[in-house]
Amino acid sequence: MLSDTDLGALSLTLRLATITTLLLLLTGTPIAWWLARTRSWLKVPLGALVALPIVLPPSVLGFYLLLAMGPSGPIGHFTQALGIGMLPFTFWGLVLASTFYSLPFVVQPIQNAFEAMGERPLEVAATLRASPLDAFVSVVLPLAKPGFLTAIVLGFAHTVGEFGVVLMIGGNIPDKTRVVSVQIYDHVEALEYTQAHWLAAIMVGFAFAALLMLHVFHPTGRRKWRQ
Amino acid sequence: MKPNFFCVIALALASMAIGSASADEVQVAVAANFTAPMKKLAADFEKSSGYTTALSYGATGKFYAQIKNGAPFDILLAADDKTPERLEKEGLAVPGSRFTYAIGKLVLWSARPGYVDDQGAVLKKGNFSHIALANPKLAPYGAAAVEVMTKLGLIALLKPEFVQGEDIGQTYQFVSTGNAELGFVALSQVYRDGKFNSGSGWIVPTNLYSPIRQDAVLLAQGKANPAAAALLKYLKSDKARAIIKAYGYGF
Repeated sequence: MLSDTDLGALSLTLRLATITTLLLLLTGTPIAWWLARTRSWLKVPLGALVALPIVLPPSVLGFYLLLAMGPSGPIGHFTQALGIGMLPFTFWGLVLASTFYSLPFVVQPIQNAFEAMGERPLEVAATLRASPLDAFVSVVLPLAKPGFLTAIVLGFAHTVGEFGVVLMIGGNIPDKTRVVSVQIYDHVEALEYTQAHWLAAIMVGFAFAALLMLHVFHPTGRRKWRQ
Repeated sequence: MKPNFFCVIALALASMAIGSASADEVQVAVAANFTAPMKKLAADFEKSSGYTTALSYGATGKFYAQIKNGAPFDILLAADDKTPERLEKEGLAVPGSRFTYAIGKLVLWSARPGYVDDQGAVLKKGNFSHIALANPKLAPYGAAAVEVMTKLGLIALLKPEFVQGEDIGQTYQFVSTGNAELGFVALSQVYRDGKFNSGSGWIVPTNLYSPIRQDAVLLAQGKANPAAAALLKYLKSDKARAIIKAYGYGF
């Protein structure tokens, strides 16, 4: 059924998606907050920049990341100066790439939730003498919970589904960069259709479950779908 | 408004459906390592014959799966001799049309000048963090690279440094961007008219790996296509062979 390398690819993919999602929650939340609250003219261009990975072919992103993280690229210079070497062909290189790749899928749902909330709850919290941090933790986060859950599901699922970027910067190393999508590609190319079917079926099941979860999490989702 | 909108879409789709394939065109699936020479060969062929070519580049294994599932190719220029043979056995290629259009040569190459010596001694030093090769399971050049390292007794030493491209084109990309210090690629990717285009390399002696026989085959789809027959004839001509040779292939 599933070989050791298949299982290795599955567990690597889960690890990559988990770490990427956690990092995205940490970095995406402030970005979403800023985009939801700012009146700066920068809101539109920065919002478009965040959304770029939705539109760009993954090969474009992978190509630029390969150049940027390489020995003569800006990220490559930076990581070499830090003494951690170069990122392509490493697990953390994939984490960084996935963070870019899945950014809009985490930022946008959270931003929408922040925007839908409006100024009112924060003003009320302020009149009750809540500090900004207190207001964020005990007012904003609970109100934006559906947005966060959507962001987690989408960010995780989108990272699991990543292929083009990994192909460009991964190097197909077992237990480091050989994720499920690459493993399926290899099986198909090597004409090992049975193994490809097993992994592919798991991916279909996972994707379907993720989309079902979105529906369950999102209180307004049910109504939106019917309209 | 609505019917108009759909009319526009329908018209657009219809106009795209018309005029995709023509009788004077030959559709060729080309092994990734043969990309550069094939571009030159196709231009020359089009000029002298009047036919047009549509070229697709990629891994031979992928082409096999596509051809099996009805891909509209007339000719396959494979990176090995097994795939064309298999297609012939399965009735997807025209019997007796197979021939070796080039014998591939393997090179250990680095984008850095002076990094790879002309004896390949750099392999034994092993003071690099990544050595790139094509996936040996899928690509003949990858399998040849593994064969070379095995014969040199270095495979165990070098295996932790392996990074694998899905085909030889991607492997070249890893090395040419400097992300892998060196790698085994096809000579045709880095060599022209007797010297390296850039960087440094070691043309691996052919006694270290089995010959990479690259076979061409006429596919069932292209049986009645005069453009396909003309292209196969052209590939066997002296003029074509001179071009192929200039890219470092043997016969």
